[in-house]
Parts: sequence; C-alpha cells; structure tokens
Amino acid sequence: MEGLTLSDAEQKYYSDLFSYCDSESTKKVAAHGRVLELFRAAQLPNDVVHQIMELCGATRLGYFGRSQFYIALKLVAVAQSGFPLRVESINTVKDLPLPRFVASKNEQESRHAASYSSDSENQGSYSGVIPPPPGRGQVKKGSTSHDTGQPRTSADQQEPVSPVVSPQQSPPTSPHTWRKHSRHPSGGNSERPLAGPGPFWSPFGEAQSGSSAGDAVWSGHSPPPPQENWVSFADTPPTSTLLTMHPASVQDQTTVRTVASATTANEIRRQSSSYDDPWKITDEQRQYYVNQFKTIQPDLNGFIPGSAAKEFFTKSKLPILELSHIWELSDFDKDGALTLDEFCAAFHLVVARKNGYDLPEKLPESLMPKLIDLEDSADVGDQPGEVGYSGSPAEAPPSKSPSMPSLNQTWPELNQSSEDTAIVHPVPIRMTPSKIHMQEMELKRTGSDHTNPTSPLLVKTSDLSEENKINSSVKFASGNTVADGYSSSDSFTSDPEQIGNNVAHQRSHSGMSPDNTAPPPPPPRPQPSHSRSSSLDMNRTFSVTTGQQQAGVVAQPPAVPPRPQPSQAAGPVVHRPVDADGLITHTSTSPQQIPEQPNFADFSQFEVFAASNVNEEQDDEAEKHPEVLPVEKASDPASSLRVAKTDSKIEEKTAASAPANVSKGTTPLAPPPKPVRRRLKSEDELRPEVDEHTQKTGVLAAVLASQPSIPRSVGKDKKAIQASIRRNKETNTVLARLNSELQQQLKDVLEERISLEVQLEQLRPFSHL
Amino acid sequence: MAVCVAVIAKENYPLYIRSVPTENELKFHYMVHTSLDVVDEKISAMGKALVDQRELYLGLLYPTEDYKVYGYVTNSKVKFVMVVDSSNTALRDNEIRSMFRKLHNSYTDVMCNPFYTPGDRIQSRAFDGMVTSMMIQVC
Repeated sequence: MEGLTLSDAEQKYYSDLFSYCDSESTKKVAAHGRVLELFRAAQLPNDVVHQIMELCGATRLGYFGRSQFYIALKLVAVAQSGFPLRVESINTVKDLPLPRFVASKNEQESRHAASYSSDSENQGSYSGVIPPPPGRGQVKKGSTSHDTGQPRTSADQQEPVSPVVSPQQSPPTSPHTWRKHSRHPSGGNSERPLAGPGPFWSPFGEAQSGSSAGDAVWSGHSPPPPQENWVSFADTPPTSTLLTMHPASVQDQTTVRTVASATTANEIRRQSSSYDDPWKITDEQRQYYVNQFKTIQPDLNGFIPGSAAKEFFTKSKLPILELSHIWELSDFDKDGALTLDEFCAAFHLVVARKNGYDLPEKLPESLMPKLIDLEDSADVGDQPGEVGYSGSPAEAPPSKSPSMPSLNQTWPELNQSSEDTAIVHPVPIRMTPSKIHMQEMELKRTGSDHTNPTSPLLVKTSDLSEENKINSSVKFASGNTVADGYSSSDSFTSDPEQIGNNVAHQRSHSGMSPDNTAPPPPPPRPQPSHSRSSSLDMNRTFSVTTGQQQAGVVAQPPAVPPRPQPSQAAGPVVHRPVDADGLITHTSTSPQQIPEQPNFADFSQFEVFAASNVNEEQDDEAEKHPEVLPVEKASDPASSLRVAKTDSKIEEKTAASAPANVSKGTTPLAPPPKPVRRRLKSEDELRPEVDEHTQKTGVLAAVLASQPSIPRSVGKDKKAIQASIRRNKETNTVLARLNSELQQQLKDVLEERISLEVQLEQLRPFSHL
Repeated sequence: MAVCVAVIAKENYPLYIRSVPTENELKFHYMVHTSLDVVDEKISAMGKALVDQRELYLGLLYPTEDYKVYGYVTNSKVKFVMVVDSSNTALRDNEIRSMFRKLHNSYTDVMCNPFYTPGDRIQSRAFDGMVTSMMIQVC
C-alpha cells in the first residue's frame, strides 16, 4: 500500500469513523456490516464502492484494517469529488474534502470539516465525527455548532435528515417548555422539540415535579436540535455533542461553577479525546432522570420497585418486549428494583429507543451502575473505544475521592457479607440491607458535601432555563455526588454473576455434597483363611485374640501341668486334655488353630511323659501312656469333631472324661489312676449331662468298655477327690474366664456388624446414581 | 452440551423450548413432552414428603438409544427438561446439575423482570444467550 498522508482533520475524522465501524475494538473491521453501510451512505454507485474496496486491499485481506479503512475513506472522498479512482489519487489529490456519508450528513461533514479547520474549541472532541448508522438520521450533531451560529442552520439542515425523528414530531405537551428554550441558538428547533422526548416526556409531565427544571436541563443541551441530543445519546457522536457542550458550558460559567466545571470539562475533554461513548448520559439528562426518580421514590438512595417502574416506563409507549429488554439491561443486580443508577440507565435506554436507536445487547459501559473498580479506572483518562468511562464518577473525581477509600474498605467486607447472604436456592438476591447501610455511610460522609450544592443548584435550575449553557458540570457534580452514593451501593450489589456464583457454589455444595463425598472405605476384608460362614469377624477377632487366647491357653497348659505335677500325673493328663479341649473348643471354630491341637496333644503327651516319669510310674505306664496318647489322640479328634459350644466346660469335662476314661482304662496304676478313676466316677456322674455329645458318649462307651474293674482305695480317694475337685475348680475358673472373654468378643463382633450394616445403609442411597 | 432445552410451566405448557436445529425439532418436542410424565411421576413419588425435602434435580428421566433426557423441577413446579446427546459420554452428572443451576438462575432473573408476566413465553435475550452457551455448537 502506498503511504497515506492525511491531514489532521482527516486523521481525526478517519479514526473516528474507524472506531465507529470497529464496534468490537478488534482493530479491524469486517468487510460487511457498518463499513458497507458507511460506503453506501457515501452515495456512491455500487461498482465504485467495490472498486474502492478492491483498491484499498480489503477484498484481498477480507477485512478492513485501519490502513485499508483509511485508504478506503480517502478513495471515497476522491470519488465524491469526482476524481477517477486510482491508487495514486490517494496522495495526489490535494485538498480533498472529507468523504461524505449520507446526504443528510453532508452538511454536517462539511461543517465538521470547517469546524475542524476552524474550530479550536472542540479540542479534539470529534463532536459527532462518527456518522450515525445510515438511515438513522442524525448524527453529527454539529454539536460543535452550538456555540456558533451554525446550530440554526444545522438544525434546519438536519430537519430532512431524520426520518426516524419525524414520527416523534407529535406535538408534545412538554415541548412548550422546550419552546421556552427556543431562543437557544438552536432556535428553530422549537417545532422539533424533541418530538422524541416530547411524547415521552408528556406522560412524565404529569409525574414531573421538577419538570421545568428538567426541561431546562434539556434545553440547555439543545444547541443542536434536542432530538439530535436524543439521537446523540443513542449512538454515535452523542458524546461528542455532549462533550462539546461541556467545554462550551465551561465558558459560560459563573465563577462558582467554573471551578467545578473546569475540572469536569477537563475530564470530559480528556476522555472525549478518546473514542466517543454514545451511551453516555449528560449532566442535564442525569439531572432530569434524578428528578424523575424522585417523583417515584423520594428517597434517592432507595429503590424503585419493579411494579412502579413498570408503570412508569409503560407510559413511554414502547412495546413490552423492548421494555423487558431494557429492564434486563438496566437492572444490574437483578433484584427486581431500580436504584438511581439503574433507573437512569433504563431511562436513557428508553429515550434512545424512542429516538429510533436499537437497544444494545449488552449494557454499555457508561450506563453501568458505578462500581468501584470502574471508578478507579475512570480516572485513568484516555480509554479506547467502547470502554469509554463510567460517566459520572469519572467526571467528578474530586468528589469521589473522599468516598472511595471508604468504599474500597468496605468493599471486601460487603463481598463477604454478600457471600454470607447468598442463599442456596436461586432466589433473587437483594443487597438492600448492606446497600442502604453503605448508602447511609456514604451520605453521612458526603452529606455536607452534596447537600449544599444540590439545594442551591436546584434553585438555580430555574434560573438556568434562561441560559444556553447550564452549569451542567456543577449539576453533574451534584448529580454525581448523589450518584456516588448510589454507585457505592451499586458497587456492592457486586456481580450478579458473583452472587450467582456464590449461590451456585452454595447450591453446589448442598446439591453435590452427597455425591462428592467419597463413600467411606469398605471395611477391612475378612482374612482369606476364614472358611466358615459364621462370623468372619469372629475369625478376625479370633485371629486377633488367638494370640491372647493362645497365649492364655498356652499359658494355661504350662501353668496347669506344673500344678498337678506334685499331685498325680493324671492331673496334668486330665488338665491338659481339658486345656487342650479348651483350646479345641476355640480352635474348632478356627481351622488355623486346629493344627495346634496336636501340638498341645503332643505337649500334653510330653507332660504326661514327664508326669509319668516324675511319678516314676511303672514302665507299663510308659507303655500305657503311648496307649493313652493314641487314645487321647483319638479322643482329641473326637473332641475336635465336636461342634464348638459355648459351654466349654461340659466339653472339657467330657473330653476330660474320655481321656480320663481312657487313661483309667489303660493305666492299672493305683495312685495315678485312682484319682482318675475317682474323677471318672465323678465324671461318670456328670456324663448324663453330656448326653448331647453322641460322639463323646460313643467314645466314653468305648472307654468304659475298655475299663476293667479298677479297685479304688477309699482313703486316698478322698484326697484324690479333693485334689481333683480342686483341679476341676481351677479348670472351671479357667474355662469361665475363657467363656467371659469369648462373650466379650462376641459382643464386639456384633457391634462391628451393626456399624457395618449402618455404613452399608448409608452407602445404599448412592448406589443408583 | 445440550441438544434441546425446554422450560415447562406448572400447567405443563412450554414457556421456552429450543433445540439444536440440525434435525427434526419435532422429535425433540415430542421427547420433552413424553418426559413430562416421568417428571410428574418423580414428583409424586417424593410426594408425601415436604417440598423442601425434595431435591430439585431429578436426574436422568429416561434414556433412549440416541439421547438422554434430564429433568429438574423448581419449587413452583416449573420444570426444566434437557435433552443431551448420548454420544457425549464425557458429560457427567455434575455438569448436568450445573447446567440446570444456570438455567434456574437465568429463569429467576427473567422472573424478576416486572415486564414479564409469569406464564408468558420467555423472550429474554439474556436467557437466550445463556441457553445458546449451553447448547451444542452447531456450525
């Protein structure tokens, strides 16, 4: 591409056009959409347009970059000037007027061209450089014109411009107030007096208390036809108009106002040097909105409930669908009520819509309720494109400063509180208590500041009606301070998103917690060695306690055998089998302990051996012991075959009886067998109690059968009996202890089972998910 | 990603129904309609218990070979029905729940609008935008 040299005016103009077309701030403009409209508005034949597009390279690239766009604009100017379209003509044609778009705008363009060259007051306020969307009429409000004699001409020129405006020309009631301002430079606008706002205002007229003031405000801005102002709000250069207003207003100010207005004007100027924000609300507008707000809700810090707002806006005669959309856009915190900021935004949108501008899909930045973060950034100054700045706070930073630190401080607190107040169910969240609180705090802090200005200002508004320029900046300041209070409140409404997220989070917790918590780990698996269906836990407990038991039982056999050692050898034999049987009763339930029986059997055998050796019994004892042992062994398996019973005593007794019988039968020893015999006798007596043990009875019968008649000495028998009784008691105690331990284990196992069942039931509801 | 999203009023007429326009939308409408029976069944099953104890998310209403239908009912008996593609196996229960939650939040926002009368079709652009974000992106 050839280098493109542009004059300053052209530069500004083109950049404005580019920003206008570049609605998405992507630095490139799609070939379709606004650019096409723009070119068509240039009133060039289609083929010329295509040629231009080709020349600038857009068709090659598929989109308009900034350079392509500029080139295209230059070519448009070339074409409009009648020069042939050539690439070289871009730079060769000197003194090319700015490209003109839309017949109606031509005058504006030319005016702007003139204004650019001549108007130094605009100071970079493009004042309506950006052409309005074609077909929308307006635009360029020669906003700059207000201070010159142009307005009138512009107004007249623009009369044919606005097809959209025409329907608004219905004679409004409030226009009479406008007419009063007809002496404004815009003069000839009386008939046009905002037809737009006109009928719109008429319904409000009834509700207006400060209507005159409001109108005065409006008229104050009207240097370009008031409708242009309305138009300006909606779209393109409205800010420019408004912005130029401010500098102009600055000049007219009285001393009191100049200070404040100067600052605001500087702010405005600085920001206006950035891209225009079509949705910005001017001071006058804001004041008007505030007054309207007051008619519905006297407390400026309060809310307008949805129903009242509905009635109010229904008067504007917009279709319900659009009003619904406007509400969606403006009710920032989605609480079904409007704060002052929200109300102003809604009002602004309604006005814009009435003037024929399409509603945006998203709330424009300048209409957003003033959040602290925006306020902070607003002072930064130049901001590109649509970002613009949040109107009022930026324009009155000084007044904001005292409030901001406090707001900043309270912001995180309110965040927390908002999270606290967020509820689980998706119900609209109203930040009312905190809002009002904040507003009260805010008001207290700035109370003295803004109450004073407001009152005198309100008084002055009527005075201002006679002036072209109203001290909009001061009003703005007052409006700002008031708005600040609201903005602070609005800022605390925080993000509906955030609240929603909080809600969502809380809801997620409530809803998801059952799902999120992992099921408790399954209870430890039973040991694989367990083979019986009965209580695996028994197995576990046994495995745990076997050590103890075995230790205890093991301890017992060693403990017991020594005892009977001084006594008869049969004692240990008896005891040991008892103990062995005791063991057997336990081990019968746990196969792993079964192998231990032989050990004990062996042990008992050894003990028997020892006992027999200690007793120095006859050798036939030794012979018989092996016999006893096999018998014992036979009895052991017999006993092991016995089903585990809680009453181990009986088993032990019967077991004892069996080996005792065996020993009695096999050992013809006098002293050792005697007590055995005695025991046998006593145990024989006990035998009937053991009838349940068929196996035992079989064994016993065998044993008994093997028993020949054994002589029993009486004297020794008594001692033996007593000894045996003692021994029996000892074994009884041992067995009783064992029993109690087993009972305890049983209880523990049952408790575990219950807990497991509870866990299972808890887990069950999730099994189907 | 949902293939079809529907909002059904208490009286079982649709307040909002939107589907991915790839295939016969009537099929989705029919599926939503049949799912209403399942929704009612689930509501009545919890029946005697207080409404508070009833969870809003109903879960999978019924699966077909191509689609799965999920349901959600609010405390005011407004039902949300969502049809998702069965081939989208990555879609977990949590995600469905979050989608319903978003729907519910958007629905309450619509309700807050004084210009919306309950019982009307939902024409909110914000709601449309939210549903679009949930639907399958069809080129």
